[in-house]
Amino acid sequence: MKTKIMKNVLLASTIPLLSMGSINGFAATELSLWYHGAGNPVEAKIIDQIVADFNASQSNWKVALQSFPQESYNDSVIAAALAGNLPDILDVDGPVMPNWAWAGYLQPLNINSAAIEDFLPGTKGYWDGQLYSLGLWDAAVAMITRKSTLMEANIRIPTLAQPWTLTEFNAALATLKQTGKYDYPFDPGLAWKGEWFPYAFSPFLQSFGGDIIDRESYQTAEGVLNGDEAIAFGEWWQMLFQKGYSPGNSQDSADRETGLVEGKYAIQWNGNWTALNMLKAFGDDVLFLPAPDFGHGPKIGAASWQFGVSASTSYPQGAADFIQFATQDRYMTAFSDAIGLIPPTKTAAAASEHYRQGAPMATFFELSAQQAVLRPVTPGYVVAAKVFEKALADIADGADVVDTLDNAADEINQDIRRNLGYGH
Amino acid sequence: MSHSSVDHHRLRLVVRYTLLSLIALMFIFPLIFMLVSSLKPDHQLLADTASLRAFLPVGEISLANYYGAFERAPIVLFMMNSLLVTAVTVVLSLFCCSMAGFSFVYLNWRGKSVAFSIILATLIVPFETIAIPMLLMVSKLPWIGFDGLTWGWLNTYRVQVIPFIADGLTIFLFTQYFKDLPRELIEAARVEGSSWWQVYWRIVMPLSGPVIATAAILKFLVMYNQYLWPIMVTQQEQYRPVLVGLQYFFQLNTAWGEVMAYLTLITLPVLAFYLVLQRAFIASIASTGVKG
Repeated sequence: MKTKIMKNVLLASTIPLLSMGSINGFAATELSLWYHGAGNPVEAKIIDQIVADFNASQSNWKVALQSFPQESYNDSVIAAALAGNLPDILDVDGPVMPNWAWAGYLQPLNINSAAIEDFLPGTKGYWDGQLYSLGLWDAAVAMITRKSTLMEANIRIPTLAQPWTLTEFNAALATLKQTGKYDYPFDPGLAWKGEWFPYAFSPFLQSFGGDIIDRESYQTAEGVLNGDEAIAFGEWWQMLFQKGYSPGNSQDSADRETGLVEGKYAIQWNGNWTALNMLKAFGDDVLFLPAPDFGHGPKIGAASWQFGVSASTSYPQGAADFIQFATQDRYMTAFSDAIGLIPPTKTAAAASEHYRQGAPMATFFELSAQQAVLRPVTPGYVVAAKVFEKALADIADGADVVDTLDNAADEINQDIRRNLGYGH
Repeated sequence: MSHSSVDHHRLRLVVRYTLLSLIALMFIFPLIFMLVSSLKPDHQLLADTASLRAFLPVGEISLANYYGAFERAPIVLFMMNSLLVTAVTVVLSLFCCSMAGFSFVYLNWRGKSVAFSIILATLIVPFETIAIPMLLMVSKLPWIGFDGLTWGWLNTYRVQVIPFIADGLTIFLFTQYFKDLPRELIEAARVEGSSWWQVYWRIVMPLSGPVIATAAILKFLVMYNQYLWPIMVTQQEQYRPVLVGLQYFFQLNTAWGEVMAYLTLITLPVLAFYLVLQRAFIASIASTGVKG
C-alpha cells in the first residue's frame, strides 16, 4: 500500500514536470528585429503583417519588432553595438552596409544566391564577396518634367535607348531659361542635404567618367575624384548655378517640395518616392526621363534599405529564415503599391500597381535595371560621402573646382590611411 | 519741466517701446508661426511661408494635423515619459545640488576648494565628449529591483535620470546664492542648537525660492530637450522621450503640418512650467544683477 502511494505521488509530481519540459522544448525562440520606419503608418502596417505571418508560419522562431525613427536609426545602432546590445535582425541602408560589416556589426547572410538571382542588383548587399543584406525594394531617380513643357520649347523627349547627351541637356536648359517662364529650368535638389548628394549627384560624376573613389583598389580617390573627367564634371556642376539654371545651396525646402508643381522649375531631379504625387498633379502630362549621358553612359544611384543579420546573434539561421520569408513577391508588391517603392523582381513588378508593364512608373524599374550604379562598396563610403557632399556644396557656391576636388581627394585618402585601407 | 523736454521724454518712450515691441515680436513670431502652421494643410503651409500669411490663421484651417500627429506617433506616451524623467530629475537635482552647495558654503571639510574647482571644471566639458564612456558604463551597471539583481541600465527610466541628477551648473548656482544669504541667521540658528540639517531645511531652503526656480527651469529645459542620450540608451519605444518622437515625423515626404502640430503639443508643458515659475525666475535674475 505504501509503495502504491509513493508511486502515485511520484507519478503526480512527474506529470507537471514533464509538461513543463515539453513546453520549454517547443517554445519559440524570440528574435529581435530593428527597423527604421517608425512614424510611417503605411510601412508599419506591412512590416507588422510580415512579422505576424512569419510567426504564424512556423513554431521555431518568434520575431519581435522594434521600430526606430529613420533620422536617428544609425546612431541608435552604433550606440547599441558599442554597448553590446544589437538585435538579431536589423535593417541597414545599402551604402552603409559595408561599414557595418567591416566594423563587426553584421555577419554574412545565409541565403542561397540562386534564390535571389533575379533581384535587382541594388537590392543585394555584397561585401568582401559575401552577401550581407537583402532589400525588399530599390529606389531610383529620374528627370521629372511635363510633356507639354518640352513640347512647347521644342525639346526632344529622351528615351532609355537615347538619353540626352551633355550638349543636348545643356541646350535644353538654355532654351528653357530663355523662355522666361521658370525661376530655374533645372532643380537638382540642393535643399536636401546628407545622403541625397552622393546618391543623386555622384552618378553625374560617374557619367562624366570620374568617381568618388577608385573602385579597382578602393585605396585612393586620387585621379578619379580630381582627374580630368571629374574636373569637367565640377565645371559643369558650377555652371548650373553660375548661369542661373539651378537653385543653389540656399534653396528653400518648401520650393524643393512644391517648385515643380507650381511651375517654378521646368525639370526636377527626384526619386520614385515622389512619383505618385507627380502623377496626381500632372496626370498623363508627367514624364519620368532617364539621366543624361554625359559621356560614359547614363547613370543613377542604387540601393536602399536592406535586412541583415547582426554579428552578435546566436540564431543566424532563424534571422536568415525571416529575411528570406520577407522577400516574397507579395510583400515586395505590397510595399510598392503602398509607398511607390520599386519591387526588386520582375514578377513582383508585374504584380504591382505602379510598375507593371505599361503602368506610369514602370520606367523606374527599367532605370534601376539598366542604369543603376552602386555607391562605392567600401566601409570608407560613410566618410567619403560626407567629403563629396561638402565639395559639391562648395563648388555650387563658387569655390575653385580643381582645388576643391584635390582637397576632397586628399581628405578621403587620409581617412583610408587612418583606417588601414578599410580591410580591402 | 518745459514743453519741449516733455515732448522729448515722450519721444524717447515711444522709441524705446517700439524697439522693445519689435524685439518681443522677433521672439514670439516663431511660436505664432508654429501654432498657425499646425492648423494648415501642407500645400498651404508651404505656399504661405513666403509671405506674412505664414503668421495668420487664414485659408483652410482645421485640426487635421493634430489627428494625423496622434496617428503617426504615440504622443501621449512620449510626453508622459519626458515629463516623468524631467520631473524626477529636477526634484532629485534640486535636492542633491542644493545640499552640495550648502556643504561648500557652510561646512568645513578637507579638500573643499579642490572639489569645488573640479565641479566647476566640468562646466566646460561638452556632454558629447563623455557620452560614449557613459554609455559603456551604464550598459554594465548593476541594479537591484523587483526582478532581483540585473545588469545593464539600457532601456529604463533610471538611465535617463540618474546620470543627470548632479551637475556643475546647478551646484554652482546654489553655492553662489547661499554665499549671499545673511550669515547671522545661520549662526543664530546654530547657537540655538539647530542641527545642520535643520539649518538647511528650515532656514536656508525657505529663503532660496528664486534660485530654486532658476535651477528648476534650467534643469527642466535641459532634461525636456534631451535627444542624444535617449537615442543611445533607449532602443524600446516605451521609454522614448518627446524629442526622439519628433523624428517620427521626418520621412521622405515630410508632413510639415503634423511636425508643427507635434511641436505645438510638446511646447505646451515648457510654457506652462515657465509661467508657473516666471516670477521667482525673474526675481532671481534681477537679484543676481543687483548684487553683481
